[in-house]
Amino acid sequence: MLALLVAQNIAFYIIAALMVVGALRVVTCKNLMHAALWLVLVLAGAAAQYILLASEFVAITQVLVYLGAIIVLFLFGVMLTRAKTGTDEDLDNKNSAKFIGGGVAVLLLGLMGYSLIDGFKDTEFGNLMVQRTSEVSDSIFSTYLIPFEVLSVLLLAALIGAIVIARRD
Amino acid sequence: MTLLLASFAPPYWLSTLIKVIVISAVVPTTALILGMVFLFKIMSWMQSRLGPQEAGPRGTLQLLADGVKFLQKEDIAPNGADLWVFKVAPLVVLMSTLLLYVALPASMHLVVADLDVGVFFVLAIASLSVIGVLMAGWSSASKYSLMGALRAAGQLIAYELPMVLAVIGVVIQAGTMSLNGIVLAQNDGSIFGWGGIGFPYILTQFLGFFIFIAAVQAELTQPPFDMPVAESEIVSGYQVEYTGFRFLIFFLAEFATAFAFAAIAAVLFLGGWAVPWLPTESDWYYVLGPIVLFAKVMIVSFIIFWVRFTYPRFREDQLQSLAWKVLIPLALVNIVVTAVLKVVL
Repeated sequence: MLALLVAQNIAFYIIAALMVVGALRVVTCKNLMHAALWLVLVLAGAAAQYILLASEFVAITQVLVYLGAIIVLFLFGVMLTRAKTGTDEDLDNKNSAKFIGGGVAVLLLGLMGYSLIDGFKDTEFGNLMVQRTSEVSDSIFSTYLIPFEVLSVLLLAALIGAIVIARRD
Repeated sequence: MTLLLASFAPPYWLSTLIKVIVISAVVPTTALILGMVFLFKIMSWMQSRLGPQEAGPRGTLQLLADGVKFLQKEDIAPNGADLWVFKVAPLVVLMSTLLLYVALPASMHLVVADLDVGVFFVLAIASLSVIGVLMAGWSSASKYSLMGALRAAGQLIAYELPMVLAVIGVVIQAGTMSLNGIVLAQNDGSIFGWGGIGFPYILTQFLGFFIFIAAVQAELTQPPFDMPVAESEIVSGYQVEYTGFRFLIFFLAEFATAFAFAAIAAVLFLGGWAVPWLPTESDWYYVLGPIVLFAKVMIVSFIIFWVRFTYPRFREDQLQSLAWKVLIPLALVNIVVTAVLKVVL
């Protein structure tokens, strides 16, 4: 069992390093398409981390929703509007915007780091059990039924809003 | 022989190695078989011509000869191409095909990873090939490629929905998302107490089967849904700038994906690797399972390719309205009816 944990840790650090490199390239890339493709790496890395955490369902949902739908829509939109190959020199923000973005990033890191450390303290995780999908669905449709329904109504409202904005007649 | 196979329990690294070797051998073989049997032989039979005759007995080795020919060609990239993306794109498509085979069960234990959420995994992975197609279309720096990639993206997004919705009916009826679980549910089931043919879900989910096959056809960008590669309009769409082995990879991925989808349809609707007259826990399935599955795959593939060789191409708007106005509502009705019957019966 120990060997498995060690292997998990090594895999975690390799994937995490790839994700950090990918995330940095997303914001520093001078080519919009390349930035979107680096984002694929980051999101796929997140899915791989979920698998390491033994939650198959979340990982596969990540692949289906983010990689299969959102990234494809990104690429589709970029190709439809500005599809030139090669670098794009004006693809950068003003210095003031960079500082604000950096500040927000540091703030988020501090906040989430603090809440993680404060929330779990010295908890040892030991052996992760594979999370059965039936357990996930049972908790969604019993314990968290009301938040789930509220979320679906919210998404429906967003959908209708998008259609209203997009239609001009 | 079967007992020997049943007692074979290799260590983790060895089983992983065996799985990798088997998958990388199976994927090109399936593409070869489908290409040879359907693209060359059945297609020429349906069109009343002889088809390839020279390579091998009755031309059966023609595709192998073509493959070797592709490998010999120079690896060319167009002038304005984004080289890195251009070269990686076919591999992304192939990767999504390889991952499809991970969850496919050829018998109870002959499966790379018996996932709890097999169906869901397969549907999620199938949507990844679009990224490769978009990469190929954009990086080729050609207007035909770009048009083809845009059409492909629009089509694949539109047909992913009916595909997922069609499968939900089966999942509701079986009560599990595991592909092996669905096979067991069908072969251990009975129709009003009569277990003579098990309970293949094509009987109750025929609508789902029809929608699934139509969506598979669109996902594979085969005629009559071949707008993204329409030769007569945009030459070959996103593949037009590819030569040599990179084109071969696209070809391989298309046919291997066709095989994988036919296998998924066989598992979901036709009872997968089992036959109803032999109990599902029998050791014979170590040998018999792959053969039964292969036979069922050939039947489903025949339907897919039959449609491919017979119907003319859709127009882009017809294609979109078929997905959004016909297939998706039908699939939703199917889900509602299945769920109600599941609760009532």
